[in-house]
Amino acid sequence: MNFHTSIIALLPEYVLTLTGVLIMLVEAVLKPGTSRKPLGWLAIAGTTAAGFISYYQLRLGTLTAFSGSIQVDAFSVFFHLLIAAVVLATLLGSLDYFEGHVNLAGEYFALVLFGAVGMMLMTCSVELLMVFIGLEISSISTYILAGFRKGQGTAVESSIKYFLLGSFATAFFLYGIALAYGATGSTAIAAIAHGLATSATPHMAFLALGMMIVGLGFKVSAAPFHVWTPDVYQGAPAPVVGMMSTAPKAAAFAVLLRITFSGFPLMEHRWSMLIWGLAALSMTIGNLGALKQNDVKRLLAYSSIAHAGYLLVAFTAFPAAGISAACFYTAAYAAMNVGAFAVVTQVGGYNESLRTIEDYRSLALRRPVLAALLAFFLLSLIGIPFTGGFFGKFYVFNAALQSGHVWIVIIGLLNSGVACFYYLRLLASVYAKPEESTEALASAAGSSTVDLTASLDSTSAVAISVPAGIALALAAAAVLMLGILPNHVLHLANFASASLR
Amino acid sequence: MNIDHIILTLIVFVPLAGALLLALLPDRGKTMQWAALAVTLFTFLLTLHLPFHYSYANPSGVFQFEQNLPWIASPVIRYHLGVDGLSMWLMVLTGLLAPLGVLISWRAIDSRKKLFYILFLLQQVAMMGIFVSLDLFLYYAFWEMSLIPMAILISTFGRTKRRHIAAIKYFLYAFIPSALLLVAMLWVYAKTGTFDLPKLATLAAQHAISPSSAALWIASLGFLLAFSVKIPVFPLHGWLVDAICEAPTAAVMVLAGKTALYSILRFSFAIFPEQSHRIAPLMIVLAVIGIVYGSLLALVQNDLKKLAAYSTLGHLSFITLGIFTFTVAGLDGGIYQILNHGISGGAFFMLLGLLYERYGTYDIREYGGLAQKLPWIVTLYAITTLSIIGLPMLNSFVGEFLILSGSMQSPFAHRHILTALATTGVILSAAYMMRMLQRVFYCDLGSKPQAIAGWDLDTREHLALWPLVVLFLAMGLAPSLWTRSIDTYGTAVNAAILSPAAPTSIQVTSLQTTAGGAR
Repeated sequence: MNFHTSIIALLPEYVLTLTGVLIMLVEAVLKPGTSRKPLGWLAIAGTTAAGFISYYQLRLGTLTAFSGSIQVDAFSVFFHLLIAAVVLATLLGSLDYFEGHVNLAGEYFALVLFGAVGMMLMTCSVELLMVFIGLEISSISTYILAGFRKGQGTAVESSIKYFLLGSFATAFFLYGIALAYGATGSTAIAAIAHGLATSATPHMAFLALGMMIVGLGFKVSAAPFHVWTPDVYQGAPAPVVGMMSTAPKAAAFAVLLRITFSGFPLMEHRWSMLIWGLAALSMTIGNLGALKQNDVKRLLAYSSIAHAGYLLVAFTAFPAAGISAACFYTAAYAAMNVGAFAVVTQVGGYNESLRTIEDYRSLALRRPVLAALLAFFLLSLIGIPFTGGFFGKFYVFNAALQSGHVWIVIIGLLNSGVACFYYLRLLASVYAKPEESTEALASAAGSSTVDLTASLDSTSAVAISVPAGIALALAAAAVLMLGILPNHVLHLANFASASLR
Repeated sequence: MNIDHIILTLIVFVPLAGALLLALLPDRGKTMQWAALAVTLFTFLLTLHLPFHYSYANPSGVFQFEQNLPWIASPVIRYHLGVDGLSMWLMVLTGLLAPLGVLISWRAIDSRKKLFYILFLLQQVAMMGIFVSLDLFLYYAFWEMSLIPMAILISTFGRTKRRHIAAIKYFLYAFIPSALLLVAMLWVYAKTGTFDLPKLATLAAQHAISPSSAALWIASLGFLLAFSVKIPVFPLHGWLVDAICEAPTAAVMVLAGKTALYSILRFSFAIFPEQSHRIAPLMIVLAVIGIVYGSLLALVQNDLKKLAAYSTLGHLSFITLGIFTFTVAGLDGGIYQILNHGISGGAFFMLLGLLYERYGTYDIREYGGLAQKLPWIVTLYAITTLSIIGLPMLNSFVGEFLILSGSMQSPFAHRHILTALATTGVILSAAYMMRMLQRVFYCDLGSKPQAIAGWDLDTREHLALWPLVVLFLAMGLAPSLWTRSIDTYGTAVNAAILSPAAPTSIQVTSLQTTAGGAR
């Protein structure tokens, strides 16, 4: 019985690990020149299977395994599904990305899967050491993935920066675990909650929580632990950024929700003020920082800092509404950000020849469908109604307001006003006419129009591949569905919230 | 077939379906124009269903053609649509302006037509949505949505290089106060547990929204600020001139006024009656300043679009003045004037667009003596100008007269001085309009008309303009056709807001007789 539960509880992780190992084995025997696409399809199949298994677990109720260190409940299933969906979209979007550029692309697919295993493990662990193991697994694979465009200076910089700062942050997290053990006598989240009531050293316990918030704050790139984000995002391959700006963050938020709401509920009045500050700071710094960015990936990096801030607002709310709002926001944010980076992947290509806002100018003329999708994702990031981003913000701010936190809501909404500015700058550029100089030339001499169309043709020659198209369509459908018919996901989020409390 | 129960949904979603259709059609020849014309005409026909099947006997507050379905379970958000005397004619107006906008853009928009017409139709969806939503949340969704197509229209199809600045200015001016509106709405929801407007109005009448009058006051300001920026009211008009100067004609026709004034009437007055009463003196003073300021600035403009922009500010301030007096005459006149401004202002912008299409400039100094060359245009121009000035027998006269008489009877201090000041707006508007008319169409032949041949109205342009001209006359001669439904709303608001404040049964009857007499 016990053995049986242990298999069922971690079945998605097992499937992903086995697929990853299989990919590495096959990779070793494939000839260097052959296409690695079949390996990508294998990874996609594995991820889909893991997703379905997670969904199946939902029916089994709450499962506990491995001496109570793993708990599969609606909350963990929600995040499992989310991570599986993000990984699936990433794999689909990057199936052709490395083709012809990197020899050992099989490693990439395996690393993505291993990263997913780590993230999933984080969301279903109720034992802090287990969380730490998951965190390390996911971090190490993202460190490597960040530098996967080998031979490019920015990629190496990105990887090393992420690695050095990331390991520093995980050390904080580990230190927090040690302090929590010292203060409450346990590293299991439930036992910590229990021990907290009778702890002789509440200050130490709070310090422990603070350390863990620092560690996780780094992972979700909340200000003031955000400095790595723009550089890393700029250097890492675009599809990888799409994943690492969403899935590991979702996992880290899940851990943060578990630790705060079920590990330290007694100290809610204290940590909610702490997170209040982090949220206000992240929103403000993220949005103000993005205003001046010219590189689209850096711009989206700052935007992701701001979005971490919006999400943290949910933590200040009462548990019932706050947790489900946070879950919903994570899902909406994941959908729109993965989508936005999928577009960036398609626009830039492997060499990222088109990077700046100026490069995106009149994208709508060259690739209208891609431009329309980008516009849609950007509108969702702004938080325009009938998109997932709007409902995400709505639920988060509504939850905070019902708990009486008016000011953070006002700060947040004013911030989203500031945020419009840079999203619109990109959007305006995408829909702008070709540069004024060429326009003037074209009107001056009719012949130069021919050059103009020729130059447009050369850049628009790349068509979107079918898998990448599927990924984009999935992301857009998810954003739209979350914006028009949010009931289903909201129901799941409420269910998740109920299972956590 | 009885389509009463789904007519509103149809009106909102037919343009959306049309936008999708346009996205699929190839952008070849005149396909886009014809398709957009077909969609907008069909929508207009659907809106005409409303006045023919409206039951005029019902008092205001009773919504007709209602549709009320659950949408989102928690928080409770419903898909609740309905129309009453206030919104019905606004919808018909919006429906009418759309095909005319398409006709007028036929040649003016010659590149990227697909994008233009899709955005134009989406703008239509958002505006119709605003007028029919009775759920605060649903309303807010459409309200926010209305910003996007307009901002992209300005930024993509703007006239000069300043278009990006104009678009971003417009967006930020509208979006940031809307964020505060959302906070206020969420606060109302937190207090009452409902977004449903009729329920909220009932609660407000029972003083049951919140016991804290300070909090209610702040929330009401959140609502009012968002709407005032969008009208715009005097110190908040920074976006208006740039946006009007840049936006293409069809977009300008629907840019300012209607939705925001409607929102004040529908939401601010219903949810915050006492607070609206409290802020009214300030709003009236701002409106009077807006009238005088806008008219004076219009007097010195040499750019036709800028002149029209300041004139718009003046005329919208007139409406603000009327509705904030809370008298029956003021409210009826204000609402009537929203319609008038829609058609007269719309016609004026269309004519400006026609001139620009021919001569490529909005500078008054480059025109002159057009009357001898373009007899049809000058005729329509003169009629439109007279309608805007408020000549008796034409539409605006009725509205302005009602507004001024309402303002004279308003319950607030200094009403005589303020009304007198507002009346100068009528005189000034005659002054700047006449000056413009004279310098563009009479005098000596200007530099542009000398250089460029120009041509008189073609059939398509006749088709776009004549319906409005007929309406000028019809609305000036038989206003009761329209005020019949508007009056039910005006009377109800007057009773709800003024009656608790003062025991004025005599005053109310006298108001009604005056209002009736004016008609």
